[in-house]
Amino acid sequence: MLRFLFGRLWQSLVLLVIVSVIGFAVLNLAPGGPLSQFALTPGMTQAQLARIAHQMGLDRPLPVQYWEWFTRLLQGDWGRSYRDNQPVLSVIWSHLMATLLLMGTSTLISVLIGTWVGVLGALRRYSIFDYAATVGAMVALSIPTFWFGLIAIYLFSLRLGWLPAGNMYTIGDGSVLDYAVHLIMPSLVLALVNVAVWSRYMRTAVLDVMNQDFVRTARAKGLTRWAVLTRHILRNALVPMITLLGLQLPTILGGALVTETVFTWPGMGRLFLDSLGYSDYPVVMGLLMLSAILVLVGNLMADIAVAVIDPRIRLG
Amino acid sequence: MADQHFSSWSRPSRRRVLSLIGASSAALVAPGLFGKGSAMAAPPSEPTGQVIVGFSQEPTIFNPHMPHIEVDEGIHFSLFDPLFIVDDKGEFQPSLATEVPSVENGGISEDGLHWKIKLRDDVKWHDGKPFTAEDVKFTIELLVDPDFRSWRRDGHELVENLTVVSPTELTFDLKSPYAPYPSILAATFIVPKHILGEEADKNNAPYNNAPVGTGPFKWVERMAGDHITLEANEDYFGEGPYLKRLIYKYIPDLTVLYTQFKTGDIDVVGLQWITPDKYQEAKDLPGKSVAVVPAATVESLSFNMDRPQFKDPKVRQALYHALDKQTIIDALYYGLPTPTETFMPQQSAYYNADLPKHEYDPEKAKSLLDEAGWMPGGDGIREKDGVKLAFTNSTTAGNHIREQAQQFIQQSFKEIGVDMSISNLPPAVMWGDYWMMSKFDSVVVGINFLTGSDPDVSNYLAPTSIPAKGGAGQNTWQYDSEEVGKLLDEGGSTFVTEERKAAYMKLQEVVRSDLPFLPMFQYATVRGHKEGVEGVVPNINVRIDSWDVATWYWDK
Repeated sequence: MLRFLFGRLWQSLVLLVIVSVIGFAVLNLAPGGPLSQFALTPGMTQAQLARIAHQMGLDRPLPVQYWEWFTRLLQGDWGRSYRDNQPVLSVIWSHLMATLLLMGTSTLISVLIGTWVGVLGALRRYSIFDYAATVGAMVALSIPTFWFGLIAIYLFSLRLGWLPAGNMYTIGDGSVLDYAVHLIMPSLVLALVNVAVWSRYMRTAVLDVMNQDFVRTARAKGLTRWAVLTRHILRNALVPMITLLGLQLPTILGGALVTETVFTWPGMGRLFLDSLGYSDYPVVMGLLMLSAILVLVGNLMADIAVAVIDPRIRLG
Repeated sequence: MADQHFSSWSRPSRRRVLSLIGASSAALVAPGLFGKGSAMAAPPSEPTGQVIVGFSQEPTIFNPHMPHIEVDEGIHFSLFDPLFIVDDKGEFQPSLATEVPSVENGGISEDGLHWKIKLRDDVKWHDGKPFTAEDVKFTIELLVDPDFRSWRRDGHELVENLTVVSPTELTFDLKSPYAPYPSILAATFIVPKHILGEEADKNNAPYNNAPVGTGPFKWVERMAGDHITLEANEDYFGEGPYLKRLIYKYIPDLTVLYTQFKTGDIDVVGLQWITPDKYQEAKDLPGKSVAVVPAATVESLSFNMDRPQFKDPKVRQALYHALDKQTIIDALYYGLPTPTETFMPQQSAYYNADLPKHEYDPEKAKSLLDEAGWMPGGDGIREKDGVKLAFTNSTTAGNHIREQAQQFIQQSFKEIGVDMSISNLPPAVMWGDYWMMSKFDSVVVGINFLTGSDPDVSNYLAPTSIPAKGGAGQNTWQYDSEEVGKLLDEGGSTFVTEERKAAYMKLQEVVRSDLPFLPMFQYATVRGHKEGVEGVVPNINVRIDSWDVATWYWDK
């Protein structure tokens, strides 16, 4: 196990360096750059832009800039945002909680509902429920979130006035209840698609397990349907779900761009888009590194969890 | 309008001589569109209530002297004051200064070289410390500090012998007379010496994210990616503030911005406002006050005059005749913008209303091209001396209405045998070297040519302002006209307003006849606020809605 972990860690570090080099190169080689936004607003001249670029160190050769960024990162300094002059980590931190709240809630909802819809669909295969769930999943998967979000706002905020039209909380309120009320619409809109995804996966996984010999044996032993389901089917069917959840980790922390935009939720998805739009390289690089780390950690955690749950799998 | 160009501060140059000082006739006057009816109640005796302003871009730069975009100025106007401001009538009004320096009141010498500024003695910073002439001196010196990443140095670079005579008076000289300097000072917010002056690294000072100013509102907090909260500065020296709290909310999508205006989540629709397509619905919304407000930005189809296709004036004239601007305005921009023939905003005192009117006439366009010897080739595209009348046209990718306008223009040009292909670029690419160094054939672009209310456009039109030829300005058309250069010098060197006017009138005539760009229309924006929010007055001379936020109040 230790050897496995050490090997993984080593691989991961090499991978991170490669990711950072590629990311840095692609970002900096793309035309434009952090100062081009100022060419638009009151009359920057080339000379002024060149002066600011020089002051920011943007006119140095790329490898030099990368090396400086890299050595600072090794010392724990992620740099400063060009856009708001804050340390990168605190910029990310300030958006992380919003995203965790939204994505956490919606993932919880979608996993809970999705797995049960999947299980029921598999147990009652070809029943009306199964067909309804299948069609429902297809519909949910094909609705654009942006449109669905706006429809929800139109219906529940503009027409009925039940729910707020967006935002994370009422400015000046910020009680738990206030957060909860604001959370309902975006988390459900976001969960809708994921319920569909989870139910499809779960249904397949359960069907897969149900047809295996040990399930038939368990039935033949005279176990109740419930006991077979919980002790044998689910325990096996959930193994691939854990891998899936591990792979979802970067997505959960990466935020949901569209939902965050429609519901003006100040999360990571929007941070990424805004930072990209402003060519805020330090923040984009920070987010890139963070998501690379999360992918690696998510995979590792999933592997370990599966090994713990499933005695057939040994790490090494 | 992030993809439009706004006016530049002109670069200092010897050609220019002081003239405008105190000349309020230079003003752009925005009509009072938000009705100030007789029913308007008096403002409250002490700050009450809160207003939420929605912006579609996020303000992130709070030190007004660091590189920023227009939305950041919304916050600057709330937190800081300049020495004097440009009001909605285009007139300078004293703010931190007790009077606007002019030749008449002795604030500026006859030759424009010696300045004297008198300051108020009753102004306090938000932390309670008194504001003095030292702060003004510090601010101007900060702007030219080689270590400071300063937004703009134009004009300030000319200042020398900056002397604090007393806490309420300072004098300085200009190396050369510079007419637009009052306009620049009107946009230079004064920052505190006793805080920022103490910082070793002013670029990364904590102050930049916890600003202290003299303005009507004080900094409370920023929730990154969401909103900024300010509260009333009860010790404000000027009129107001009448609001207890002021919140700037960032709503990144224009559809959502409008939706939150409808639901009442925001009280005032700020920067980027309501999209023109929503105007018909918006103007009838109950409980909301919505109006069309002209902007100084002029939309044009701009040529790179260095390209062989565009060297022939007949070609440019023909293309103008082939341009159906009224259809573009009516069909794509919902009839809101006003057609124009010039770069000068129609609200300006320098606007020339007598320019020849544009006629949409494809037949005339064809005959002009025939006359000039541009004959259709085998593929139907006109050509002359081996040069095909074919070119690319670029603008910001993602600006949908403008992209549709491009396609419409493409069709119109095709009908007269001109092949315009569309090649749009992301904003960062479009407005980088591609625009600055004239690497385009033609573009569709919106530009505000003026510096505040000053009519000087040397930065854009002077033959010495071509960056592709080593010039300092933004004459990216490479419009190289001796006559224009002469007129700009004239306009910048005369002290008599009428003479100055004559120069700019003539200038507009020359540009109209040369057509380095085909003027299309002057933009209009659809702005709105809840009924009951009083004092929201549009000002065409500033870039942001909240310039007069000190005097906003709720009429309950």
